[in-house]
Amino acid sequence: MSIFSKFDHVRTAFRALDKSGRNPFGIRFDKVLSPTEAILEGRHILLFGTNNYLGLTFDRTCVEASVSAIYEAGTGTTGSRIANGTYAGHTVLEQQIAEFYGRRGAMVFTTGYQAILGLISTLAGRGDHLLIDADSHASIYDAGKLSAAEVIRFRHNDPQDLARRLRRLEGLPGSRIVVTEGLFSMLGDTAPLCEIAAVKREMGAYLIVDEAHSMGVLGKNGRGLAEAVGVEADVDFVVGTFSKSLGAIGGFAVSDLPDFDLLRVTCRPYMFTASLPPAVVASVTASLRRVATDNLLGTRVLANGRRLYRGLAQAGFDLGPEPGPIVAVKISDRELAIEFWNALIAAGIYVNLALPPATPGSQSLLRSSVSAAHTEMQIDRAVQIMADNGYRLGVLSSDLRIAVPAAE
Amino acid sequence: MAIRVENIAAQIVRIVETRIPAGVPVSAQTRIARDLGLDSVAVMDFVMEIEDHFDISIPLDRIAEVETVENLAYVVEILLKEKD
Repeated sequence: MSIFSKFDHVRTAFRALDKSGRNPFGIRFDKVLSPTEAILEGRHILLFGTNNYLGLTFDRTCVEASVSAIYEAGTGTTGSRIANGTYAGHTVLEQQIAEFYGRRGAMVFTTGYQAILGLISTLAGRGDHLLIDADSHASIYDAGKLSAAEVIRFRHNDPQDLARRLRRLEGLPGSRIVVTEGLFSMLGDTAPLCEIAAVKREMGAYLIVDEAHSMGVLGKNGRGLAEAVGVEADVDFVVGTFSKSLGAIGGFAVSDLPDFDLLRVTCRPYMFTASLPPAVVASVTASLRRVATDNLLGTRVLANGRRLYRGLAQAGFDLGPEPGPIVAVKISDRELAIEFWNALIAAGIYVNLALPPATPGSQSLLRSSVSAAHTEMQIDRAVQIMADNGYRLGVLSSDLRIAVPAAE
Repeated sequence: MAIRVENIAAQIVRIVETRIPAGVPVSAQTRIARDLGLDSVAVMDFVMEIEDHFDISIPLDRIAEVETVENLAYVVEILLKEKD
């Protein structure tokens, strides 16, 4: 009996992926060339699964800010802000994020995962009730495990179910904390945030929105879904990441609540980990400045998302419910999804393979995400390659084959 | 099993039967994940149907302890009692 015996079922599935060709969970790029291209197995590949929504990872200003910061402040902070102190850059970045969101307070975390883990698990204490969307990201589930509160799952994007579950709690003490996401990472659907905000107001709950995939993408000023649908005043806490639109790593949370600062001395995933290094703080400061002054990139990534969505829909693929920067092709058969993913790699297109239980509804997904940096030609090429391989492998029925018209 | 738990288990068995191919035997001893071939998310989705049926919410930590239909029936019974 090995310590790994408990993973016997995982081993079988993981080893089977090796036999399919490349293991999607072990793929290694020889070199990443730009937000949209890399070298894989010695060949150029188009990247359609990076979450690099605004394409800022190679932005000259961000790179230079990062390099200067290393010379000025060193490669790392070597400790947490509570134990080892805060660098000037951390404070500047926090003020900048607070200003971007128009909120009183902002806190920066070392990763987006830790921001979620820390914010939710600390806010939801013993006797409180945490209500999370059923399709929530793993970090939200993990926050629930770390929290002493009772965790209740409501049906995905279903405000009535949320209301029903809040009503079942009537008469019980404790705060009600509702968590949802601006843009869900697997299918790219948005939350019905107006309706959820109405339920929250009516039932007297707090609302946390994870805008990890929607920051810089949705809303006139890039503040995410809450801005786009006009319910920012109802959102008590916005949480997000620097690893997607802002092209680095790290997480943040903002709020107007007066005692928000208490989290700095109560939130363990903030207190007991090293703070963000100067290079990251500097590039995020630069990329956030860019996003705050210019929403062109957000407009472009949405247009690119619509182009990819339209192209794949016209080809006949079964897609997520709405166009956006995330476009997911649903494939009912797991083995076919793996084969299709491998065929796309061979044809020079990288997308994400997502398998149950990491996906909603036990579906297998070929999940792609677009960047503002993609050209229309790159998108059309991806559509063409996906359609060709889709027909060849039987993901698409050849009876329905029609010439894929150029989008737009 | 107490009468009430037995009754709850029977109701759960009936709900399970609507989700699986006819003829597959289901009882209070059926292990929800292993015998029905459900992954962790599918188990939670199944539990939502049980929650609707009994008009209760089952917190995730309680679901984590459940293996069989009978275990689930005990959890439901406790929550129904708390509600009353």
